[in-house]
Amino acid sequence: MAVLKRVIVCLDVRRGQVTKGIKFQGNVDLGDPVEYAVRYDEQGVDELVFYDITASAEERNLFLDVVESVAASIRIPFSVGGGIDSLDSMRDVLLAGAEKVSLNSPAVRNPALLTEGAEAFGAQCVVLGVDAKKVEPTSEIPSGYEVVIQGGRTPTGRDVVQWVTEAESRGAGEVCLNAIDTDGVRDGYELDLTRMVADAVRIPVIASGGGGEPSHLTDAVTTGGADAALVASMVHYGDYTIDQIKAEMAADGVPVRLTS
Amino acid sequence: MNGMAVAILDYNAGNVTSVAHAVRRLGFDAKITADHDTIRAAEHVIFPGVGAAATCMRVVKERGLDVALREAVDAGTPVFGICVGMQLLFEHSEEDGGVDCIGLLPGRVRKFELDDPALKVPHMGWNPVLFAKGEPLANDLVGAADTACYFVHSYYCDPDPSVEVIATADHGHPFAVGVRKDNLVALQCHPEKSGPVGMSILSSFLGGN
Repeated sequence: MAVLKRVIVCLDVRRGQVTKGIKFQGNVDLGDPVEYAVRYDEQGVDELVFYDITASAEERNLFLDVVESVAASIRIPFSVGGGIDSLDSMRDVLLAGAEKVSLNSPAVRNPALLTEGAEAFGAQCVVLGVDAKKVEPTSEIPSGYEVVIQGGRTPTGRDVVQWVTEAESRGAGEVCLNAIDTDGVRDGYELDLTRMVADAVRIPVIASGGGGEPSHLTDAVTTGGADAALVASMVHYGDYTIDQIKAEMAADGVPVRLTS
Repeated sequence: MNGMAVAILDYNAGNVTSVAHAVRRLGFDAKITADHDTIRAAEHVIFPGVGAAATCMRVVKERGLDVALREAVDAGTPVFGICVGMQLLFEHSEEDGGVDCIGLLPGRVRKFELDDPALKVPHMGWNPVLFAKGEPLANDLVGAADTACYFVHSYYCDPDPSVEVIATADHGHPFAVGVRKDNLVALQCHPEKSGPVGMSILSSFLGGN
């Protein structure tokens, strides 16, 4: 046996509530993050990701309270992203009980942060979050996927595959690869993008954006070559439970952890 | 049984809080401490760990925790090393250019050198763990359909053949996930983050095994 493929649930948190948007526009509040976290833990999710999508100074403490409550309530690892742009803010969430921090736009603006974080807390703590947008391939962006930041609003002119490769050499221990064109659309992951990145780096790759049914996750970790697949809407709204998703993946021959 | 003090050794390691949460959830009184008297008085001692070996070892020595651990082991107190806490129990680690460790267990800590690009380092995620028959830590896992545990590490323990290996997993090659020497046990995986399987392991340890 070897490392199992992971199913990860992403919870966007706004003002202490789980929220979900579509293509970064229009959010609906869903409920208490701790209740969601415990439910997914009991269903056998392998990991959780919490994104502070407001990331304003005054709401930061409220978010850290959520992180602490989650840490006391679940039995699995989780990472935290959003609003983390310094060693101090990384330390805050790690001390609150998170296993990993996810750096997205701040890593693009200040790539040295990846190295500093890896040296201070270990590479396994540092997840590079990347929002990828499909574009016409050019000499600058040969993969045809451009890094976008600030929730997808700002293009950077950088190639996703090149950026992830650089981030790996700078110390990132994992990459969460979010295809913003398919995020929230639930029509399957961007498999070409996932495969290109998985082939380019040796750190684990989490496919994100587009999960709508269990076969999509199977595709992400087989055709896409990902180590994990991230879901949100397909479980938040009750269409699937984690055990249902994993049972179907297992039936498709994917090695997953089965708790029931 | 419940309410007994569990000393969780404090040396700025990353997962101390998570271990304390898990211990408290099982109904025990968790004390995160580097105080030798508190450690002496504890019914159980947990030596957790996430971090780089050299830094961890430096703080362990500054706080005299190597001495406290040896004392606890000699006194017969059940002691549980987790992740880096397991690695530091051995004699030497290859990490950070080579670090002399506590040496309660004969053996060395080596880096995963894996040629297959599909095998990632750090070894991170859930991996099925095979426990030795009759191993008390796995008492409640006998017949369990799935015994996958959560791992995050780039180095693994290579115990001397004299050390009893109580659990193994595979990452490129089989490696020792767990070892036992009388009242001293250690696991490379994180029971505090391994869902119901991990809670069962911790519960077995605190139950007196």
